[in-house]
Amino acid sequence: MTHLQMPTPDASVLGRSQQIIKDLTALAGAEAVIADEEGRRTFETDGLTAYRCMPLAVVLPTTTEEVSRILKYCHREGIKVVARGAGTSLCGGALPVEDAVVVGVSRMNRVLEIDYDNRFIRVETGITNLGISGAVSAEGFFYAPDPSSQLACTLAGNLGMNSGGAHCLKYGVTTNNVLGLKVVLMDGEVIELGGGHLDAEGYDLMGLMIGSEGQFGIVTEATVRILKAAEGARPMLMGFGSSEAAGACVAGIIGAGIVPVAMEFMDKPAIEVCEAFAKAGYPLDVEALLIIEVEGSDDEISEMLGRIQAIAEPFGPTSILISQSAEQSAKIWKGRKSAFGAIGRISDYYCMDGTIPLSRLPDVLRRIGEICEGHGLKVANIFHAGDGNLHPLILYDANDPSSSERAELAGADILRLCVEVGGCLTGEHGVGVEKRDLMNDQFSATDLTVQIRVKTVFDPKWLLNPGKVFPLNDTQQAKDVA
Amino acid sequence: MRPAAGWELQNMLLPMIDRQMSVEIVGSGSKRAIGRPFQAAAQLTTAAMQGIWLYEPTELVMSAQAGTPLAQVEATLASNGQMLSFEPIDLGPTTGGPRGTQTIGSIFASNSSGSRRITAGAARDNLLGIEAVNGRAELFHAGGRVMKNVTGVDLCRGLAGSWGTLAVLTAVTFKVLPWPEAAATLVYFGLPDDIGTEVMCAAMRLPYEVSGAVHLSQALARRLEHEGLRRQGRSITALRIENFRSSIGYRSEALKDALKVYGDPAVLDTTDSLSFWGELRHLSVMPYNRDTCLWRISTAPTAGPKVVAAIKRHMPAEAYYDWSGGLIWVEVPASADAGASDIRRAVAVNGGHATLIRAEPEVRASVEVFQPQAPAVEKLMRGLKDAFDPYRVLNPGRMYASF
Repeated sequence: MTHLQMPTPDASVLGRSQQIIKDLTALAGAEAVIADEEGRRTFETDGLTAYRCMPLAVVLPTTTEEVSRILKYCHREGIKVVARGAGTSLCGGALPVEDAVVVGVSRMNRVLEIDYDNRFIRVETGITNLGISGAVSAEGFFYAPDPSSQLACTLAGNLGMNSGGAHCLKYGVTTNNVLGLKVVLMDGEVIELGGGHLDAEGYDLMGLMIGSEGQFGIVTEATVRILKAAEGARPMLMGFGSSEAAGACVAGIIGAGIVPVAMEFMDKPAIEVCEAFAKAGYPLDVEALLIIEVEGSDDEISEMLGRIQAIAEPFGPTSILISQSAEQSAKIWKGRKSAFGAIGRISDYYCMDGTIPLSRLPDVLRRIGEICEGHGLKVANIFHAGDGNLHPLILYDANDPSSSERAELAGADILRLCVEVGGCLTGEHGVGVEKRDLMNDQFSATDLTVQIRVKTVFDPKWLLNPGKVFPLNDTQQAKDVA
Repeated sequence: MRPAAGWELQNMLLPMIDRQMSVEIVGSGSKRAIGRPFQAAAQLTTAAMQGIWLYEPTELVMSAQAGTPLAQVEATLASNGQMLSFEPIDLGPTTGGPRGTQTIGSIFASNSSGSRRITAGAARDNLLGIEAVNGRAELFHAGGRVMKNVTGVDLCRGLAGSWGTLAVLTAVTFKVLPWPEAAATLVYFGLPDDIGTEVMCAAMRLPYEVSGAVHLSQALARRLEHEGLRRQGRSITALRIENFRSSIGYRSEALKDALKVYGDPAVLDTTDSLSFWGELRHLSVMPYNRDTCLWRISTAPTAGPKVVAAIKRHMPAEAYYDWSGGLIWVEVPASADAGASDIRRAVAVNGGHATLIRAEPEVRASVEVFQPQAPAVEKLMRGLKDAFDPYRVLNPGRMYASF
């Protein structure tokens, strides 16, 4: 990948690194501080492995009070802080900088309170996304946002990126499922927002905090909504001879007043790779595949799938497969959820995350094909069709610098295309370092200035997660003003 | 001032900023009596900024100028079998203002959600994009027209519910959903508050997607416009199910069966359900009355009856529970402080927050209308005000006295 410009390290901080490590050890205990090279190496990158940087030190606190002490110290000493959950970010959101202390919440993963009557769970944010559902599944409840990395990713990271998933068409994304937060601000102050009730009071600080990519504070505890799972769920597969037909079918279903819990689209290259991996029964002789899932009782599911089939008829599906068993359903979803991994087995890939208006899908897919072809690369497309979130996976060779560079250029072109057709740069992965320099394509200078002022309210010294989200020029100007 | 476009609004604000003169921001003005009273040198309405400029039913999205009447938005949606799923509530009638005149911008500026909020999210959850002018007369955009968007700071959430104190929304883009094909409402009569809440919470623990759960005290049920329910003369606990037609019968029976220890409920059909839930949208049971004050309390559902019981130890109170018990509209006798200290104490013990929705201006000027905040939180809120409106031009003091 091309060279990534990051803020210039603060030489005075680097020069004090031994003292800083000593101080952190005094604040959080020796077992919480990782300062040796090998230990720090684990934290040098995240899910966007093209970029790496060794942090000054890593601290893995176990209490909010420890986080508060560490941030207060770093604030006083002018030391940058990079917050980290499981490090699964696909946009470099957890990429360290040389003069920063990584504060990881992975050891803070306890369930603190489960309240079924009020339908919430209060947890420490180092818990994994799936761990939350796991804690309440015995009572038939679940936590709705389901990013593909849910086995590993932490709630902390989900909060930082406002993560979505395949089922957010019906259940919303992270920000729609959070009731309360305990946040440590950069100066060490601990604040509580919301709680067990709906709609936090005053300005929606919680709404601003969620999706702030670790730049506003470190969330150590959260109260999130849990929902009673539907009586049952069943996916169906529909193959089409063209992406136009598949896209029109999705529009037809929604236009008829049906909002399935999930509608996933895959193009031919994606189908082939996923089928080879998961043996899910995906049809291989189609150009586009829809996975449509509905929920309810058996009768309700049958009626709904029947209606969807009738709606799909005029769009000429070439194959229809309705899951007949829980095992088959699991396989169908395994194919989709492991798509990235499956593609990773055949090639290096660069996963994009733009959102587009559904009506532009055929046009966008054609132009994505052209963009990648123009760069001499292949691409597979996976699309949350219901909500317009598109994941083109650009296949490239990481050992070939030219191929890497072309993948990056193609990715940027694709994201600009998403903006051009009325969409946005990122639907659920976040901006991080990856899309930082494309922000001017989506936002005017004023739009960004307004955002930057809000960031400055939460972190006046700009110490939290430096070099992310905002183009570096804007960041520097904001710091100068601050 | 009546700008017809964002740039015109900017031009109108500039001289006000130069002279540091404050401006009252309104849409149709139906919510003017909510919040702290404040002095403004001028009034600015978004009413001339009208029009729906994007509506894609198959993408579940609509964009409208902020001054577009809600009625127009809802009529346009209804003609395509769609709706605003969060059922915006109309606080006009209960605060002595007009009914049915709200603008779409004001719905998001006040984050006004109705009964379906428990399943469909609040107004803020359905807001996808905004265009707005802040107190520096800068026109800016945030969000967009797509359902999933995490690009940059989430200013849609940040501005929703800020009551025009940070920026004037000039256009909004929001999520819409299909109307359910059919609905039914199970109504239990004569349950006390705590048992009513128990029924609602039990219903929400079941997989039948109850999309409305309300409980009205006996006195309030007697104020209903719905004749059949009013005539019962007893408290009512109502649960709404919405889905396609054949599912409604199944879910009603399943719900009845699961809740049979609470008695045999009356069942309202789709038409009857529409009229019952429709009247709740303008708080029909809490009509404007100068002899009483109205509070809006948000708490955890099971804490609802406890909060109300604690208030009743100090003053007479009538409570309408929405959101499975988590949202309580409490009517108390008018008094110098509208019962603020006792009510806020009751809420503090049980968790949540209280907002004084209706009281005479002198009362709203002397008590905290919005929930007082911890110092560190207030500092952030003041910082936001400084960031968006450093010259204190937009609705200064409407939410908090000092900013």
